[in-house]
Amino acid sequence: MAAKALGLLALALLAGVPPLLPKYFLEVLIGMLFWAYLGAAWNILGGYGGQFSFGHAAFFGIGAYTSTLLLLHAGVSPWLGMLAGGGLAALFGLGAGFLSFRYGLRGPYFSLVTLAFAEMLRVVAVNWKAVGSSLGLVIPSAGSAPRLFLFAGKLPYYYVILAMTLGALAITWRIERSRLGYALVAVRENEDAAEAAGLDTLGVKLSGMVISSFLTALGGTFYAQYFAYIDPSLTFGVSVSIEGLLRAIVGGAGTVWGPLLGSFVLTPISEVTRAVLRGRAGADIMLYGLLLILVISFLPQGLMGWITRARRAGTAR
Amino acid sequence: MTGGLLLQAVVSGLLLGGVYGLVASGLTLIFGVLRIVNFAHGAVMMLAMYTSYWLFARGGVDPYVSVLLTAPLFFVLGVVIQKLIIEPNREAAEHNQLLLTLGLALFLENLALVLWQGDFRTVKSAVAGASFVLGDALVDVSRLIACGGAVLVALGLFVFLRTTDTGKAIRALAEEPEGALLMGINVRRIRAVAFGIGTGCVAVAGSLITPFFYVAPDVGEAFNLMAFVVVVLGGMGNFVGALLGGFIVGLAESLGAAFLPGSLKQLVVFAIFAAVLLLRPAGLFGGGRGR
Repeated sequence: MAAKALGLLALALLAGVPPLLPKYFLEVLIGMLFWAYLGAAWNILGGYGGQFSFGHAAFFGIGAYTSTLLLLHAGVSPWLGMLAGGGLAALFGLGAGFLSFRYGLRGPYFSLVTLAFAEMLRVVAVNWKAVGSSLGLVIPSAGSAPRLFLFAGKLPYYYVILAMTLGALAITWRIERSRLGYALVAVRENEDAAEAAGLDTLGVKLSGMVISSFLTALGGTFYAQYFAYIDPSLTFGVSVSIEGLLRAIVGGAGTVWGPLLGSFVLTPISEVTRAVLRGRAGADIMLYGLLLILVISFLPQGLMGWITRARRAGTAR
Repeated sequence: MTGGLLLQAVVSGLLLGGVYGLVASGLTLIFGVLRIVNFAHGAVMMLAMYTSYWLFARGGVDPYVSVLLTAPLFFVLGVVIQKLIIEPNREAAEHNQLLLTLGLALFLENLALVLWQGDFRTVKSAVAGASFVLGDALVDVSRLIACGGAVLVALGLFVFLRTTDTGKAIRALAEEPEGALLMGINVRRIRAVAFGIGTGCVAVAGSLITPFFYVAPDVGEAFNLMAFVVVVLGGMGNFVGALLGGFIVGLAESLGAAFLPGSLKQLVVFAIFAAVLLLRPAGLFGGGRGR
């Protein structure tokens, strides 16, 4: 009961407070939700399934480019383009995943091959004139055109990313309690045992991959519409993959709330560092690196693991 | 495509390939002994390049002299990284160790960015610009020295691993960790030494290329990816494979640059990478530890 009331209160605050916030804080809040969303999308395959993709930027970029190209060349609304991008990314994920898993790539090998796939797409995008090459693509400002996923102010974008993040968390919550969720965890904990127990581990990993890549691509479309500009390194670059998985890991990989918690801690830290060390590019990422080392060393289960343990200790007393 | 251009591409590819080989040798040594894919390898290389750069800019020390300093200095740095960051998490899950080195890479790279900004810096060594003609190709002396030095160090390391007690202990640990422990090998010490040698190798490579390669915070990234490709190609943990793989990747890259427009040459390298990972994860030459 108390948890439910707390949840409703949090929801009311998330829905009701932002209109009162100054623009800067609204932007920070959008950033927090955006990275939480990408972390949650990564978390389904990486956190639950233990398949550490270092190349989710591939799906992100496919999403961003598909909806943007459809909008610019065919006038297709990004709301539809978003689904097309998601489908395409899921297809790419299925193909890349099938190849990698089929050949038994695990652990660091899987991380490396996903990284290579994303980098290949980046290099292709840089060299392909029809998709804007390294100059990228600009979405012309159309004032407020909700049907084209374009809004005049920041607030509508906030509600979109809020809905997307809550949706991703709800999907994660559902998966955690489903057959697929248990199967993913079984693969993560001991793949050989899961296989021996008759689990179709390839199918399980591919299912995780498809859901994860589809959701990640939707985030790509959001990015394109929100910033109205995309280029190969912003979308296919390694940092997209890394920043997303960092949220999930720091918050607690393989937990529903981990990515949200991780993003609500990391994103403001990055904002503050950037504000304090103005003109010192890299300070925020440097801090991320340090935090990552500290979290892995002292809180290997992330912040969620720490909270769970603290609560258990509390009830035991 | 003229024969001269082709020969030029082959020569420059082989010369850079030797350097890739040394970078990859360090990476494959660390992987062989610690079973860690070290994402911070390129960042360490970048630090070595800055060390050589600052010694040159402030003290006028030629990179060919400062390499004598960076090698032992970065050996110690490697030992410290291993003892301080990686060894305490020895029992943690495999991916957590991967993330540790990733965190270290992010930290070092951006530390350099904060300290020295993103400017490209260059060093003028005594042999800068010197070159000679070989057939139809122009051979840059500083690149030749880098390649020769890298291959020499890699071969020296090979001899060290074959003949000395420490070297044999390193190989024993890579082959059979539990057996090595049972034989009374001080595995913690050997792991630290292996990491130190690995970072020492990449530091030598870094110092040797500063006379002809720009120095910038993200310079290591490209080498890191290239070293992954080489190590996978040669077989993870396979030492000779790393050196040979270095030449293959160097060649593929420079031929790609000669025949393909724009930056598509990178695509050749990544395509090789993905293909080898998928088709022969144990490496072209076998002996690696695929999967």
